Amino acid sequence: MARSTSKDAQDLFRALWSAYSATPTNLKIIDLYVMYAVFTALIQVVYMAMVGSFPFNSFLSGVLSCVGTAVLAVCLRIQVNKENKEFKDLAPERAFADFVLCNLVLHLVIMNFLG
Amino acid sequence: MAASDAPNGDVLIRNAFGSVLAFLILLLIGVLAFSIRLFSVIKYESVIHEFDPYFNYRVTQFLTKNGIYDFWNWFDDRTWYPLGRVIGGTVYPGLTLTAGTLYWFLHSLNIPLSVETVCVFTAPIFSAFASWATYLLTKEIKGVGAGLTAAALLAMVPSYISRSVAGSYDNEAVAIFALIFTFYLYIKTLNTGSLFYATLNSLSYFYMVCSWGGYTFIINLIPMHVLLCIVTGRYSSRLYIAYAPLVILGTLLAALVPVVGFNAVMTSEHFASFLVFIIIHVVALVYYIKGILSPKMFKVALALVVSIGLAVCCAMVAVIIALVASSPTKGWSGRSLSLLDPTYASKYIPIIASVSEHQPPTWPSYFMDINVLAFLIPAGIIACFSPLSDASLFAVLYIVLSVYFSGVMVRLMLVLAPAACILSGIALSQAFDVFTRSIKFQLPSLSDHSHIDARDASSEKVVLDDTIKTDKNEDTPKERMTKRSKKKEKEPVEKPPTKFQIKKRLSVLPFEASIIAVILLVLLVAFYVVHCVWAAAEAYSAPSIVLTSHSNDGLHVFDDFREAYAWLSHNTDVDDKVASWWDYGYQTTAMANRTVIVDNNTWNNTHIATVGTAMSSPEKAAWEIFHSLDVKYVLVVFGGLVGYPSDDINKFLWMVRIGGGVFPHIKEPDYLRDGQYRIDSMATPTMLNCLMYKLSYYRFVETDGKAFDRVRRTEIGKKYFKLTHFEEVFTTHHWMVRIYKLKPPKNRIRGKNKKSKSKTSSTTTSKRKGTRRNPF
Repeated sequence: MARSTSKDAQDLFRALWSAYSATPTNLKIIDLYVMYAVFTALIQVVYMAMVGSFPFNSFLSGVLSCVGTAVLAVCLRIQVNKENKEFKDLAPERAFADFVLCNLVLHLVIMNFLG
Repeated sequence: MAASDAPNGDVLIRNAFGSVLAFLILLLIGVLAFSIRLFSVIKYESVIHEFDPYFNYRVTQFLTKNGIYDFWNWFDDRTWYPLGRVIGGTVYPGLTLTAGTLYWFLHSLNIPLSVETVCVFTAPIFSAFASWATYLLTKEIKGVGAGLTAAALLAMVPSYISRSVAGSYDNEAVAIFALIFTFYLYIKTLNTGSLFYATLNSLSYFYMVCSWGGYTFIINLIPMHVLLCIVTGRYSSRLYIAYAPLVILGTLLAALVPVVGFNAVMTSEHFASFLVFIIIHVVALVYYIKGILSPKMFKVALALVVSIGLAVCCAMVAVIIALVASSPTKGWSGRSLSLLDPTYASKYIPIIASVSEHQPPTWPSYFMDINVLAFLIPAGIIACFSPLSDASLFAVLYIVLSVYFSGVMVRLMLVLAPAACILSGIALSQAFDVFTRSIKFQLPSLSDHSHIDARDASSEKVVLDDTIKTDKNEDTPKERMTKRSKKKEKEPVEKPPTKFQIKKRLSVLPFEASIIAVILLVLLVAFYVVHCVWAAAEAYSAPSIVLTSHSNDGLHVFDDFREAYAWLSHNTDVDDKVASWWDYGYQTTAMANRTVIVDNNTWNNTHIATVGTAMSSPEKAAWEIFHSLDVKYVLVVFGGLVGYPSDDINKFLWMVRIGGGVFPHIKEPDYLRDGQYRIDSMATPTMLNCLMYKLSYYRFVETDGKAFDRVRRTEIGKKYFKLTHFEEVFTTHHWMVRIYKLKPPKNRIRGKNKKSKSKTSSTTTSKRKGTRRNPF
């Protein structure tokens, strides 16, 4: 039972990997960016857990800026992905412009929050 | 070729004509929404209404005079004496900033309007915006025709008029616009999947948070919709784009508003959105993996991902429950708790229960406030299900939730009104669509065109336009009944329009039946218009600081409130403190410019309870309490002479309850005879000796010799008495406001030496001293 599960899991990961390596490079770059942002957020949460959340606004702005960046990047990824039929008539340039605008708003707010 | 070109051009012209017509109708709707709210200005004058608007007006005055930075740092020492109040950090600034911006804008154009004028007309302007926002939202849900109908309905829905007549300068005036506009941008993002609209959505959410505490409705409704979409298998990547950025940006922006601050991440009202935020990520990941894997491998993956995802969710839920459980009130504020459990407030927080707009509504108030829309809503819900889209699902969820909330609190009827308008707009427009199409189909001369025209919205717009303009007042309840039965037989027919070419013939109703149905619908809408105009003119435009009454000998105007406040501002010292029940706090600071002890911002229960205790104590004890607060004048509102029902004697039991909640020696049963509240000769001695009774009825017997109270419809219990610690300084023309001055201390001592009979009262006061003195 355990053997078959682990074999299944191995198969699964292999299939995942092969499927993923077929994605275009620009999407992979976005994925890396998302991973990096999430990783940064995690580091901050761990730090908060150890040191405490005293300047709560700093913690909030730090974590939410990372999570927000990640979320926006995921949105961008969804929009520029060629396999998503829903966004066929949305030009990637337009998607990127929206992404930049959203990021601008996000970081303006974050700057207000750093305190 | 040429044959197909000609109809094409025809359609093009028709569409262009339709959009011009739609624009004109929208313009007219805006004018209608603005002008139907001007009855109060025409019938009375251009004044600020009621209680809270006076505070907003005063804040706006401060803002325009001192600028925005002083506004943020404003510590107001003229209220809540001796505590004061930090205005900048405890007020929802949206309304004030809006009016301030409007004021600066007008002045930069060299239009010298006064602050008061700008404040008075802010609400009508924003109700025009709100009806345009309704058009946009309904257009996203069901198309242009429904949008126009809904906008027209919203422009004159009585529930919304009640909060946005000219002069009613309150948060709701701009908040309803913000609410509808936020929903529109959410639906727009959901329909287009554009990040640009998502940004706009969070900005408009920010404006809503600035304007009104009701923003929690948005931040709970949208997650519920997302959850519903996921559960019913309607997840799409557009849903992700609409929701995820809104949560992050919206939370950050909400935390920027001082009055919300870290509550945006700390209180339970907002936790639902975070939970759904996590869920949507798990779901998005599942859908992504499903997309890149073969179905067989996906089954394996599903087991893995679901188990991991469940584990993560459980951990998150555990953390949230731990957080909630660790906070004292379980993280919910009193107002929100009373939403979930309607009996909560009356059980635990008398100060919330005492406000009439926090009570549950009665059935007639539904008919009064949304009128025929109440009957159209079910039809609208059915219309939303054919065909069901993400947007129409949202409309259904919105109406269901807002019906529940309006059932809990009268005030939230205001949230129900837009939903009711949207759904009724959809229902009406669909009905007109079916009827006019079947009429057109059977008119022989037009039958050639009908295939193309059928779905053209302009025909129903014309009909709608007619309904607004015809004010036929022939409707009776009987016709409404026939209308409803008509509606029922019509519903099944509404489904076909999606595939119109073939099924069109099936959806055609008999010619005569559809003519009659259209006429009845027009009558129904005419009835609604008549009711709305009546409500706007008669029911909801009284400013409540100027009262009028009609009697045999003509119109009477009672301007006692302004008379009293003017007396205060002219005859008292600038630093004198005026005590009154908290309802009149805002007006006293704004109109008389005197320091008050408590006001309508009920942030300190103990302080209000102190005033309540003083009002329900005997004269001497009350004098001591007021003297310890440095009060010089006491103001009571008394309606017994002219029959003004919302006076202090009718509010008195709440003073007893609120006072008794903090100071246990005030007991409600002492003021009731056999559970009945009465002020006649059967009243209890505690009641007849309390300060409120004495201040209200002092010298009242001199008016008619019998001391007949017209509100309670009885003769008062104790007619002849003298005041020992207070002296009357001013009573307005109709006795509606009476102002008393505290006698200086030495009188008290002499009186005490002369007759030492007041032993009992002195023992009670000394007992109280231990409990009461410590805050000061």
